[in-house]
Amino acid sequence: MEIRDDRRYTSEHEWLLLDGAEGTIGISDYAQDELGDVVYVALPAVGARMTAGATFGEVESVKTVSELFAPVTGEVVAVNEALRDHPEHVNASPYDDGWMVRVRLDDPAQAAALLDAAAYRATLPA
Amino acid sequence: MTSATGAEGAPHPYVPATEADTRIMLDRLGLTSTAQLFDALPADHRDPSIELPPALAEAEVLRLMRSRAAMNADALTRPSFLGAGAYRRAIPSIVPYLISRSEFMTAYTPYQPEISQGTLQSAFEYQSVVCELTGMDVSNTGLYDVASATAEACLLAVRSTGRRAVALLEPMHPGTIDVVRTYAYGAGVSVDVVRGVDELDAVHACVVVQQPDFLGTIHDVEAVANAAHAVGALCVVAADPFALGLLRSPGDAGADVVTGEGRDLAFGTQFGGPSVGLFAAREAHLRQMPGRIVGQTRELHGPREADGSEGAPRTGYVLTLQAREQFIRRERATSNVSTGQSLVALAFTIAVQAYGPHGMREAATLCYQRAHEAAARIGALPGYDIAERGPWFQEFLVRGPLPAREILAALEVRGIAGGLDVSGRDEEAAQDAFLCCVTDTTPPEHVDALVEALAEIGAGR
Repeated sequence: MEIRDDRRYTSEHEWLLLDGAEGTIGISDYAQDELGDVVYVALPAVGARMTAGATFGEVESVKTVSELFAPVTGEVVAVNEALRDHPEHVNASPYDDGWMVRVRLDDPAQAAALLDAAAYRATLPA
Repeated sequence: MTSATGAEGAPHPYVPATEADTRIMLDRLGLTSTAQLFDALPADHRDPSIELPPALAEAEVLRLMRSRAAMNADALTRPSFLGAGAYRRAIPSIVPYLISRSEFMTAYTPYQPEISQGTLQSAFEYQSVVCELTGMDVSNTGLYDVASATAEACLLAVRSTGRRAVALLEPMHPGTIDVVRTYAYGAGVSVDVVRGVDELDAVHACVVVQQPDFLGTIHDVEAVANAAHAVGALCVVAADPFALGLLRSPGDAGADVVTGEGRDLAFGTQFGGPSVGLFAAREAHLRQMPGRIVGQTRELHGPREADGSEGAPRTGYVLTLQAREQFIRRERATSNVSTGQSLVALAFTIAVQAYGPHGMREAATLCYQRAHEAAARIGALPGYDIAERGPWFQEFLVRGPLPAREILAALEVRGIAGGLDVSGRDEEAAQDAFLCCVTDTTPPEHVDALVEALAEIGAGR
């Protein structure tokens, strides 16, 4: 189980990697492992708004469907189009190739309210 | 009383409780008679006297029911020109024969569906037939009827576009409009019934066009689709699959979702049901589809042969994309539909395959020709004319020397169901008119009888 120290997490298992006023969002290694083989990722369009705590998409695996919760509030500036044909990136590479959306935060300080790696690790079952 | 007797000590052959059983139940409830169970009802509404004749023996009941059934105005023997959503088609004899086979005798998708490969294969074939007819990429295994399928198509459009209104293009079957309104009410979606595509705007998730429409007119689906797409809406076509044998496929014309009524080719019109609602869409909307979808796949490993070696992998059928469905997605499911019309879908599949692509085209062409010949004869009668409103398929609007209602009543007296009175509708072409339907199955002598009767009525006889 890899929980990277370079980013922030939500208790719903999304991660946010901040780069200036923009952040990249995906789901954690723990989340992809729990979901099983991901077969489809439904994501918003570029330009869509997302609100912290509200759903912004869905991940469908062979056994279930889970909603994606926005870690922060802002505007979607990029979507990982590669997931359309290669949803398995979410399993194989949850922190790199499996990224989902890039968002411009209304308030970059909002990221500080998210869990750091240690706090997120503490929420996971031992 | 009936001469049949029930179980030992039972008061009635169809009520299994014996007097002793009844006594035990009453004792448990602390009552002394079954009549006390009804004490909560007002006394004057209890035990109303019903004048019933004495019970009959089974053979007597059958004789009575047959004689009553013979009083029905049967569309097979009496001239009928009613259509308006239910059309008599020639159903190949192989259809009732094959669907009666015991292998197909199940009321439901079996649990563990994959154990019933035959059922799934027939559903897959149904989907293939529907995709070919509609020009769509994917079909589900069928919904209830065209009305509910069209309502589901509207909800698909709402999910796909994120918009909260749908437009229905008149003339549309009033039953379809009602069902769409009912579904939309529950989903918080508003329904605009429009008269032209110029009424579409960017609030609409889709426009639905009926093909041919409720008054029989064939639409230019491409023009409707272009108008819809221009405002970012989807184009839904509610089609008569029989007419698609002749008409350009909605998919080719730019439709995004196609629904249809499968009943007529499957079980026939009989009282309007049971039915199967065709539902097919472009692949872009696959994840938003309602209902069940059967996929074809191949085994990873073949069966173990007698000598222990692995045989060649076989083709198999599976329920697929189930994460859309309510047993997985719960309240976020694409639809609450959880059942199918498997037997009707099977009958539809067999009928269309028995016709074949060439046969479907021939039958639809014959239907078109017969209807136009009949319309020409009626239009040539003194005092009658056929409303002009562009190309049409099998239904035409007749105006006569008398109000439509009176003409239909006069036909009725002559034992002819002349059609549907649409004189009260808003469309100009429908003013003072009745909707007359002639198909390839309408016997020529019935058309002769109609023409003759209309001539008499027109001459005041």
